[in-house]
Amino acid sequence: MTPPSQPPPSFAISAEPLQPEALKQQLLDGHAGALATFEGWVRNHNEGQAVERLEYSSYPALANKEGQRILAEAFQKFAIDAAIAQHRVGLLEIGGIAVWVGVSAAHRGAAFDACRYIIEEIKGRVPIWKKEYYSDGATDWVNCHQET
Amino acid sequence: MPKKLTIQYFALLREQRGLDQETVQSDAATAASLYADLAQEHGFTLPTTALKVALNDDFADWQSPLSDGDTVVFIPPVAGG
Repeated sequence: MTPPSQPPPSFAISAEPLQPEALKQQLLDGHAGALATFEGWVRNHNEGQAVERLEYSSYPALANKEGQRILAEAFQKFAIDAAIAQHRVGLLEIGGIAVWVGVSAAHRGAAFDACRYIIEEIKGRVPIWKKEYYSDGATDWVNCHQET
Repeated sequence: MPKKLTIQYFALLREQRGLDQETVQSDAATAASLYADLAQEHGFTLPTTALKVALNDDFADWQSPLSDGDTVVFIPPVAGG
């Protein structure tokens, strides 16, 4: 069977809570035999400090561009049918979904590999920043420790 | 002749500058030298080695020449996911 016509790469930055079930529905396809998804959750600790909440912000013009590039790369590298990635911005509470990635493919290997590729590249390349609010009232921009 | 440049700030740099965006007249030839000037003026703590730079909404080389009307963004270390 020939794969379905390839959908356009679908990356988005969202100020509203992500909707995994609705996103999953968009990936359903008769050609696909596998769906791999990844959810990044807000956890209540980082590097030994108790975290109360997180704030994500982005550089929207470039974040969208780079996110679409990453999804396009995944289509080039892996035999997948469809892929969606969304990242939250704004204030998130513990347990909230910060990022969602879903990939459908004929076979599980490509779905797992592409899902992993997409989340790792998003973490490393897309201009999104995370500010942590700690229980003791302090805040910190993650990865921006003063290096001078 | 000085160039008119728009600078957008995000995350830690937005806090350190206290502004989302500003327009400056600058003689800086490259993004690297513009950042050095601004860092000195405003006390930015991140070194260029920790940053990336975007010109007109796409990643650029630090040594790319700046042109009149460019929009410049200095990108602090990202932390999505």
